[in-house]
Amino acid sequence: MSYIEINNDKLPDKTILEALCPFNSIEVSGEEVSINSSCRMCKLCVKNGPQGGFVFVENTVKTIDRSHWSGIAVFIEIEEHKIHPVSLEMIGKARELAQKAQQKVIALVIGNNLTNAAKELQYYQVDKVCAYDDKALNDFRIEPYTAVMEDFIHREKPAVFLVGGTTMGRNLAPRTAARFRTGLTADCTVLDIRENGELDQIRPAFGGNIMAHIQTPAHRPQFATVRYKIFPTPLRKNKTSGIIEYFSLPANKLTSSITVLDIHHKEKETHLENAEIIIAAGRGIGTQENLKLIDKLSNLLNAQVAGTRPMIESGLIDPRKQIGLSGRTVRPKLLIACGISGSVQFTAGMNSAERIIAINSDPNAAIFNTAHVGIVGDALEILPMLISNIESGKSLAMEAANV
Amino acid sequence: MDIMVLIKQVPMSSDVGVDEETGVIKRESGDTKMNPYDLYALEAAFQTREKMGGTVSVLTMGPPQAEQVIREAFMMGADKGYLLTDRAFAGSDVLATSYALAQGIQSIGKFNLIICGKQTTDGDTAQVASECSEFLNIPCITNVTSIPEINNDSINVISDMGQTIETVKMLYPCMIAVDKEIYQPRLPSYRRKKLTLNQNITRLNLSNLDDKDNNQYGLDGSPTRVVKIFPPPVQDEKEIWNGESDQLADRLLNLLKDEKFYQGGI
Ligand SMILES: Cc1cc2nc3c(=O)[nH]c(=O)nc-3n(C[C@H](O)[C@H](O)[C@H](O)COP(=O)(O)OP(=O)(O)OC[C@H]3O[C@@H](n4cnc5c(N)ncnc54)[C@H](O)[C@@H]3O)c2cc1C
Ligand SMILES: Nc1ncnc2c1ncn2[C@@H]1O[C@H](COP(=O)(O)O)[C@@H](O)[C@H]1O
Repeated sequence: MSYIEINNDKLPDKTILEALCPFNSIEVSGEEVSINSSCRMCKLCVKNGPQGGFVFVENTVKTIDRSHWSGIAVFIEIEEHKIHPVSLEMIGKARELAQKAQQKVIALVIGNNLTNAAKELQYYQVDKVCAYDDKALNDFRIEPYTAVMEDFIHREKPAVFLVGGTTMGRNLAPRTAARFRTGLTADCTVLDIRENGELDQIRPAFGGNIMAHIQTPAHRPQFATVRYKIFPTPLRKNKTSGIIEYFSLPANKLTSSITVLDIHHKEKETHLENAEIIIAAGRGIGTQENLKLIDKLSNLLNAQVAGTRPMIESGLIDPRKQIGLSGRTVRPKLLIACGISGSVQFTAGMNSAERIIAINSDPNAAIFNTAHVGIVGDALEILPMLISNIESGKSLAMEAANV
Repeated sequence: MDIMVLIKQVPMSSDVGVDEETGVIKRESGDTKMNPYDLYALEAAFQTREKMGGTVSVLTMGPPQAEQVIREAFMMGADKGYLLTDRAFAGSDVLATSYALAQGIQSIGKFNLIICGKQTTDGDTAQVASECSEFLNIPCITNVTSIPEINNDSINVISDMGQTIETVKMLYPCMIAVDKEIYQPRLPSYRRKKLTLNQNITRLNLSNLDDKDNNQYGLDGSPTRVVKIFPPPVQDEKEIWNGESDQLADRLLNLLKDEKFYQGGI
């Protein structure tokens, strides 16, 4: 068993120990120091604690023969006979990783009547499309879909498996990862690969303002899920590439104790993901009354309004307009963040916007680390002035004077 | 009808940060609470018990202090509480956590329905339900927003799939992970607090599980490794504006015009 060894004699000052651990795992009672089961083995106590006080002991170093596993697999989600756009984003990323590690991109598509979807995938530079096309796979049901994933993995032995972080992906990927007893990193925001095929996975972690760099060194495939809009959509080429292979599974592998009774479309909402300009409001904007400023500005700029989680939780903004780790990911042309502190959970959902302007009265706000233009000031003063300038055409006059 | 709810103790505050210079963790407080999403899971269990009869058990894996969340579940109405705790679980990632929970559930007994919260506020992976259901070999539906029908052999649930809303029927035994819309969680009651003060919490450790191989748990049973934790990256092409509000407003309008985000309103 790997563990953290505690050398009591090297820990003269017990009062500083508990604070070393972000997970409250170090317990001190009198002279007794112990580590409880909430430990995440982040090893910060080893690194930052008194020299030699905490020592990481790793017993068995598992290894894997990497040469048996090759290829970047992408799960293609079919939604109403169409390819979900997050799946194309995964192909784009897979292509990039494949180039670097000299591997192939293999798309796995599951459903019923897949001919068109499989052909369409060929316009996105895949090396191979594996299509499991069966009436029994028409609706998403976890058991048959997992059986297909399993069959595909045995067949292709991919080193990496990328899955879009949709409701379906977030059920299917962990289920399959558990079946293969391999690792899965959810909601990655950065993915990279080493030449030896080791996947570098980065995500905001531990519910704090911290990023974690995660690897799956001794298990394959290396599963990662990524939310919609984190990575860009790749270009559709004008000519096709790669091959399509069709597979099927025996009927007894496709049974399920789930019956889909009804599927209905959600009301068409104006998707935040498609907005070109977003004005996002945080707790610094606060009240219903002040939100009118945001609404007004968004009308003038033809923008959509969005918010941080506290704004959603206090009922001021529609939950579908939450940006961030537990909300939506957006990449608009312009995002104006007003009264937002800039926690990683928020910025994870917007830091790939092309242009980010932040207004915050606190010069040390973390949002200024993410913004391209940081305006240190009171949003409740600046926004009304901006609005009235726009409404009165002041800047038009100024511009005319400049000519 | 026997229902198991998986609940977790999480830090009260998410304000954990890394000092950029020293690399030392900064945190606000060591206080903890029940994972807020698990309150909805509990409420779904109570509502189901009201319709069907039976028992609601809760299980948490965590340090000994995690007993607190079981006490809280008792105060809300849970019948039985189990704490899975062992040093061998230290360093567990999602896989090892889910495996330990599945082993724990199996050692406790048979359940028709297992209910999880949508996600935890500290791990925030929303994967434990799916992985655990695999180890239990039962079906799982996530993002459950309501339970329109409960029968003796099956449950009908509505799940939010993103673009669509699906109504599905699932036979027992099965697992669901519920979303916040499902029911409004009840508050812990003072009466129940007094009633359950001495209610027994069953402690389980590695030796109570079927699979006692400690290579399957904790760090050794975890395929993922945290290589490094670090503060979020800083935008390097940035400019900071200071000044009076009216100047800042003027500058901002000029920028919006220069970059063609605002076409002069004509
Ligand atoms: C697991 C997990 C997931 C999460 N997911 C999300 C998520 O998806 N989305 C999300 O947003 N959050 C999420 N959070 C919460 C997140 O950590 C922060 O708490 C939240 O984003 C803070 O919101 P805020 O910036 O609006 O509020 P605050 O942090 O309170 O910031 C308010 C800011 O407004 C500034 N301000 C005040 N008055 C003015 C003024 N007059 N003019 C200008 N500036 C002013 C202040 O200086 C301050 O910086 C999550 C947290 C966890 C633990
Ligand atoms: N240590 C744990 N003990 C009991 N239940 C847990 C634990 N970790 C996660 N869960 C359950 O799994 C759900 C999803 O957690 P997560 O995958 O960590 O976001 C939670 O809402 C809980 O219901």
